[in-house]
Amino acid sequence: MIHKITNDSVVNATIDILKKAETQLPSDVIDVLKQSQIRETSPIAKAQLSAILKNIEIAKERSIPMCQDTGILVFFVELGRDVHLDFNLEDAIVEGVRRATKIIPLRPNAVDPITRNNSGDNTGVGLPDIKYEIVDGNKLSITVAPKGAGSENMSAITMLNPTEVDSIRNFILTTVLNAGGMPCPPIIVGVGIGGSFDKAARLAKSALLQDINLKNMTKHERNILSDINSLRIGPMGLGGDTTALAVHIKTAHCHTASLPIAVNIQCWANRHASVTLGGDE
Amino acid sequence: MEYHLTTPLSKSDIDQLNAGDIVYLTGTVFTARDEAHARILEMEEKGVPLPFDLDGAVIYHCGPLMQNIDNKWQTVAAGPTTSSRMSKMTPTLLEKFDVRALIGKGGMQNVSESLRDQCVYLTYTGGCAALAAESIMNVSNVHWLDLGMPEAVWELDTIEFGPLIVGIDSKGCDLLSDVRKNAKKAFSKI
Repeated sequence: MIHKITNDSVVNATIDILKKAETQLPSDVIDVLKQSQIRETSPIAKAQLSAILKNIEIAKERSIPMCQDTGILVFFVELGRDVHLDFNLEDAIVEGVRRATKIIPLRPNAVDPITRNNSGDNTGVGLPDIKYEIVDGNKLSITVAPKGAGSENMSAITMLNPTEVDSIRNFILTTVLNAGGMPCPPIIVGVGIGGSFDKAARLAKSALLQDINLKNMTKHERNILSDINSLRIGPMGLGGDTTALAVHIKTAHCHTASLPIAVNIQCWANRHASVTLGGDE
Repeated sequence: MEYHLTTPLSKSDIDQLNAGDIVYLTGTVFTARDEAHARILEMEEKGVPLPFDLDGAVIYHCGPLMQNIDNKWQTVAAGPTTSSRMSKMTPTLLEKFDVRALIGKGGMQNVSESLRDQCVYLTYTGGCAALAAESIMNVSNVHWLDLGMPEAVWELDTIEFGPLIVGIDSKGCDLLSDVRKNAKKAFSKI
């Protein structure tokens, strides 16, 4: 028998994963932050990392958002092709966001881009941002990744010439250098290579969802991470060994005349949480 | 060196601070970010008095997450926002008002001359909003809520708010700018 997925179960699941994402950091991120705090040699940097770890504990203990910038809400939905929904999935997620904004609470961040009028409930035209993917099976998976503006504003995209593959590393490093202390380092760097102008950006964003431990990085990613840390920007741009915690690259085939590169920067608060509904009983 | 200071701050309070020192603040801080800065400057230009006093004041680059319970505002989370967005408006702000300290994160551009002999830039660890809320005891007032929760000016009563690192002192030393210069040098060698 298949679990029935209802409008209410999606609304409630949306509230639950939002609460989890905003108040508890994934354990892989906490582990890497702890290791960095132990290894860090600059006293000012060490103090920043200690404050971050203390902040994470308080947020979890008091069940409050770890950062006042509770972000714009980016959802990644995987819908099994055997799932039948007798309600509007998008409406249910939007309703979950509205309720979560009051319950958790979340800071209302969604504004009209021109008038700057705040909608008050984190929804609006195109927000929350929901990306859908059809997969095999009879389950519905929803992941939310709240994205703060401090790090998002430091992200960059470029269309290189196809012969400039060697310049990819330079573009990643320049983006991190220009960002300096502004995106709340230590950062996680998501890179999208190939696809199209928008596909590269989507690859870069989804790269941020990966587990950040060293074992999960390729040699190439680890080399770029080491280059970034040799800049010694440090936590919060105050200098130190820990500028980035991880680099993740995702690629896609692209036009023979194109080489799109997107670098999505994520602050240390690499917040995300998931839920799976449906499936066999 | 570590200092424990009480607001409003005097010139001698801040003159003793050097880039890299640690500060804990007790007293009132005013949150102000993009829209509040723009409104402060607009009102000053028109000669309209502000509804709050910025003499000796501490301005916190922060858009807090607040909750209104039984008609009383409470701070849920209140970490710093990226200060660089306020870099362009800060020289005029400091020219018109005797602000003594700015708190934010990520550093500021081309403000060290405006800060000289008047004001310091302090950094608080970005993202540490739950930790910051622990030292905010009371919300004594809110102005300009029409700008929205993040952009309004909140008067926050703090006790031992910190650790704050002196990013730019009143003598022209800019710790974050030095780190940036060294990062550029390191980049050119890669």
